[in-house]
Amino acid sequence: MSKSKRRLLLGNEAIARGLIESGCAIATSYPGTPASEILAAVAFFQNQESLPIHTQWAVNEKVAFEVAYAGCQTGLRVAVSMKQVGLNVASDPLMSAAYLGVKGGFVLISADDPGPHSSQTEQDSRLMAMFAKIPVLDPDSPRQAKELMGIAYDLSEAYQIPVMVRPTTRVCHSRQDIALGAIPKTKRAVNFEKNPARWAATPKFRLQLHGELEEKLNAIAKYRPTAPKKLNRTSRATRAIIASGVAAAHIKDILKELKIWSKIPFYQVVQPFPLHSKFIDQMIETYEEILVIEETMGVIEMQLADRYRVKGKMSATVPKVGELSPEKIQQIVTDFAGLKSEVFSIKSPPSRRPTLCPGCPHRASFFAIKKAAPKGIYTSDIGCYTLGLNMGAVDTVLCMGAAISQASGFYHAYKNEKKRPDIVATIGDSTFFHAGVPALIDAVVQKVGFVLVILDNRTTAMTGNQPTPATGQGACGEPTGIVDIRSLVEGCGVKFIREANPYELKNFIPLLKEAVKYSRKNGPAVVISKYPCVLHRARQGESGESIPVEVSDACDGCGYCIKHFECPALIYHDDEDDKHVSIDPILCTACGVCLNVCPKGAFVEKQ
Amino acid sequence: MSKAVKQQILISGVGGQGVLFITGLLAEAAINKGLAVFTSETHGMAQRGGTVVSHFKVGDFSSPLIRPFQADGLLVLKDENIAQHGSFLRAGGWAVVNSSNDVKINKDLTASAVDADRLAQEIANPKALNLIVLGLALARAGRKRRDRINLFCSLADVKKVLQKRFGGRQKIRDASIKALEAGYKELRN
Ligand code: SF4
Ligand code: SF4
Repeated sequence: MSKSKRRLLLGNEAIARGLIESGCAIATSYPGTPASEILAAVAFFQNQESLPIHTQWAVNEKVAFEVAYAGCQTGLRVAVSMKQVGLNVASDPLMSAAYLGVKGGFVLISADDPGPHSSQTEQDSRLMAMFAKIPVLDPDSPRQAKELMGIAYDLSEAYQIPVMVRPTTRVCHSRQDIALGAIPKTKRAVNFEKNPARWAATPKFRLQLHGELEEKLNAIAKYRPTAPKKLNRTSRATRAIIASGVAAAHIKDILKELKIWSKIPFYQVVQPFPLHSKFIDQMIETYEEILVIEETMGVIEMQLADRYRVKGKMSATVPKVGELSPEKIQQIVTDFAGLKSEVFSIKSPPSRRPTLCPGCPHRASFFAIKKAAPKGIYTSDIGCYTLGLNMGAVDTVLCMGAAISQASGFYHAYKNEKKRPDIVATIGDSTFFHAGVPALIDAVVQKVGFVLVILDNRTTAMTGNQPTPATGQGACGEPTGIVDIRSLVEGCGVKFIREANPYELKNFIPLLKEAVKYSRKNGPAVVISKYPCVLHRARQGESGESIPVEVSDACDGCGYCIKHFECPALIYHDDEDDKHVSIDPILCTACGVCLNVCPKGAFVEKQ
Repeated sequence: MSKAVKQQILISGVGGQGVLFITGLLAEAAINKGLAVFTSETHGMAQRGGTVVSHFKVGDFSSPLIRPFQADGLLVLKDENIAQHGSFLRAGGWAVVNSSNDVKINKDLTASAVDADRLAQEIANPKALNLIVLGLALARAGRKRRDRINLFCSLADVKKVLQKRFGGRQKIRDASIKALEAGYKELRN
């Protein structure tokens, strides 16, 4: 290994580097864990090498997909990246693009999150590829993910089809030492050749395209560069293991460690769909028993047509739910190999729950919402502010944008009741742009009585502080156009709109009360709660408020602030005869919000 | 390049403590030595104050994760995490913990403890508790006999990484090295 050219790359950076080294000219994305760092890394390499490419954070995954797709219609190589639930949003263009096909290479990266560590579901994007009828590649490591980018582009262009690459969290968020390759200097011609019969195909022609798509898939099931590989040399055996993705990586180490590397034939599948047709035949002909290990659904398994020989999720040999940790896999492999089994896994106590940062403006907003509508229904959405759960200020979280549509649904459900609850929806600025706007228009049309609090912290915080359409800054730091949230809300037809700083609880609570009152009679009221995210401020080198707080003797240890305000900087001392609260000087950001929280006024400004 | 090196270290803490930062330093140190590195990190929701853990491997590995009872070493930035991650340690492994008291990992092993929160305050760098814990581990790696642990890198190796990482940003560079050394000096004889 040469020392000089190896660099430590995060899986997502390796993916980005692979894209760039393959001549990707347009890269788009909407942030979402575990995919967020891909586009940021493309932008990094773009800046570093002054590459003439277009990178952008799109308003949502559907838009990201469509922008990139048009790029490939001109012959350029393009990529769009997102997390698995983002692909649900982009599934409309995906299904159609599979039929129309591509001209330049089109790589869709959809990152799955078995666990789930940071997602609403454990859905398997490979099944989505199967549903859309496009090939999907399943890398086992950052290094392989990088290699697969070039292979994906070649495959895409060879068959004029979009290609999905599906990394999982353990690929995206691992780091490995990786050799950097050269970045092509030649530029492709941009040339959109009009062909409405294809690019705007009518239903009649779609039938023909569907037929062509099936032919492409048949051919791709014979495509050499993505064929499954047998990784070990074994003597004749009657049972074999097939795996893909990170599961394959775990199995490599486990088989060696159990000293059965040369005993059980082990195949790695790089292209789970379409599974290579010769491989299927060969497996069924050769082995009496085949163990298939993959995340998170049985995509390879369901293409191996023999129910009796195949052990996997359907035979309940491999769990259907949860991440396949290496210890779970070790247990399965040990049993399959007929070795004596030991206890491999451990039961551990639950992890510490995440909380909003000390000084987070959302905490102030949630506290105020509970004051203004104590018995309200609180619908919320996807972002850091989901953690308002801890404060009892979040009752529902479904998917991006649903805070607003669910508020509408609750309103309609209670419409004919005598007692109607107040309804307060919270949504982040980025999520509002992403999927909240159509729902708000709907609420205006239906005259839904609810308060929408838009938590405008100037950034997409949860995923690492990407810009929003209101930020005015692009993926490479370049200036962009700006969409003003207030004007947008006005444009949706909302009549009651207020903007305020949630840190100033003394004003903010009465303002929310006014909004709640308005909503009971007149329809939607919107409050834009404006204060930047603590981490965003730190990144920009901005300092915030500095109102140092201390706890006076008035504190009698009632625990109200801990329960209802939940700032991590507040420490509860459960001493027998001196129960009280103190402030952790390391964690406290001196935001001063707690001054207005204690019912006994025990928090005072430090002089 | 020494082919034989194969080490697995689990680094455990909570969001905001700098688990990822010291994982990165160790990884850089390994690369500088021509060793293969593989790490796995926690991102997303848990980074907001929840449990954060990195799996760190040098040498020839395919899997990014450490299995229970396989880790050679444990760096723990929040002592309450021992309940959760203590059993990753193999028999004969080592542990360094941020704690004001000695901590038993299992019946055979008591971890080296350093009150990194307090020490970090004392050197006026409250965020540097991660470097203090790492410093103590490096001190044990530098030992000849008693308390010695087998670690692929030395204090000098990590200092070099910090120097490169912070380059011209002298203030933060010096403060970081000072924190690392403060932890290093904590090893009692
Ligand atoms: S990252 Fe920002 S928005 Fe998220 S919890 Fe922290 S302060 Fe709040
Ligand atoms: S001032 Fe109060 S609310 Fe703000 S961070 Fe400090 S303890 Fe938390």
